[in-house]
Amino acid sequence: MSDIRQTIRQYIDDNFLLGARDTAYADTDSLLDLHILDSTGVLELILFLEETWGVKVEDAEMVPENLDSVAAIADFVQRKRATAAA
Amino acid sequence: MPAAATPLGPEVLALDCVAETARIAGFIVATLRRFSKRGVVLGLSGGVDSSVCAALAVHALGAKRVFGLLMPERDSSSASRSLGAQVAQQLGIDYAVEDLAPALEAIGCYRWRDEAVRALLPDYTPAWKIKLAISGGLQGGINHFQLVAQSPDGALHRARLPLREYLQIVAATNHKQRLRKTLEYFHADRLNYAVIGTPNRLEYDQGFFVKNGDGSADLKPIAHLYKTQVYALARHLGLPEAVCTAAPTTDTYSLPQGQDEFYFALPWQQMDLALWAKNHGRSAAELAAALGISEQQAEAVLADIDAKRRTARYLHARPALVEPIHNDNPEEPAP
Repeated sequence: MSDIRQTIRQYIDDNFLLGARDTAYADTDSLLDLHILDSTGVLELILFLEETWGVKVEDAEMVPENLDSVAAIADFVQRKRATAAA
Repeated sequence: MPAAATPLGPEVLALDCVAETARIAGFIVATLRRFSKRGVVLGLSGGVDSSVCAALAVHALGAKRVFGLLMPERDSSSASRSLGAQVAQQLGIDYAVEDLAPALEAIGCYRWRDEAVRALLPDYTPAWKIKLAISGGLQGGINHFQLVAQSPDGALHRARLPLREYLQIVAATNHKQRLRKTLEYFHADRLNYAVIGTPNRLEYDQGFFVKNGDGSADLKPIAHLYKTQVYALARHLGLPEAVCTAAPTTDTYSLPQGQDEFYFALPWQQMDLALWAKNHGRSAAELAAALGISEQQAEAVLADIDAKRRTARYLHARPALVEPIHNDNPEEPAP
């Protein structure tokens, strides 16, 4: 799980923060509230989840509960992979 | 002791049309003098915003100092062109018709857009009609766009727009607004006129415009007015009935598309009230009661207004500079 979180964090740092080290965020902080993500950013994140873990995000799953924090994204990825493997 | 707050409803948007017309006319004259321009150019879509702006300009400057541009292209409705001409003729202004399709074709607007659509709907041909629809925000989800397409047999197809195709379709269709503005500035330079931008308050506030497209202008005479108020002025100024009753469209895609479908969470009358409520610190509970929606939905609408304002900052922003430069835009009022 912490591997997934780390990979997500690295992607956010590289893609949205452009490597700048001036923004600290906890695993449970809202990325939308911190303006690290906006609605276009969510589409980029979804593409990343698809390319990295083969996760397909359905329309109904595009909600903050699944995508708005490092922890939420990692949990979401775990659940999707578990369902796919079942 | 302040008076009790006006109940949240259509009355809060009531407008003194006589006073407002005079105020905007004074603004137009003062702005032209400040910029040393002799008249105004504006695009006429046949929609209520540009029609009202044209009528206000004629009221302020006289018909001889107003030049209209009708700029149809492949996907704009023929109604917009004929209504635009009707407004220009009624106001007695000089105008030109410029068909943008050849230039848009040359610059690759249709080709880039069609390529992105075909990536999602392989059977798509230019004979199909398409539009984009926004989804998610009202339900408390994250805003995203869907592609809606109608094949020649009338069947409707929907597909969620992934990142690449979404950005490419928007970028390609943005050519339309930018090319129109290019023509407006050509005629403005030729005539020593200023360019009018026609956004209403909802569009201006919520970033419903293309950067350096319809967002570009020398003056915006109705950007402070709610859409409801623009319609009130249309009636007051005696514009054609069809203009006074037309629903706001984007006139950008070949399938007729309401602005609320494309961008806003609610129909425009309700968005006006929601924006007014936001600007006057009214509660979600009050908004919910006024609109007949749940408090949770009202909260989502108010939050969505903030989210769109955030995106609009980029659209409104002047070029970023490393350090302030003396005399850089000293007279512009704060947005």
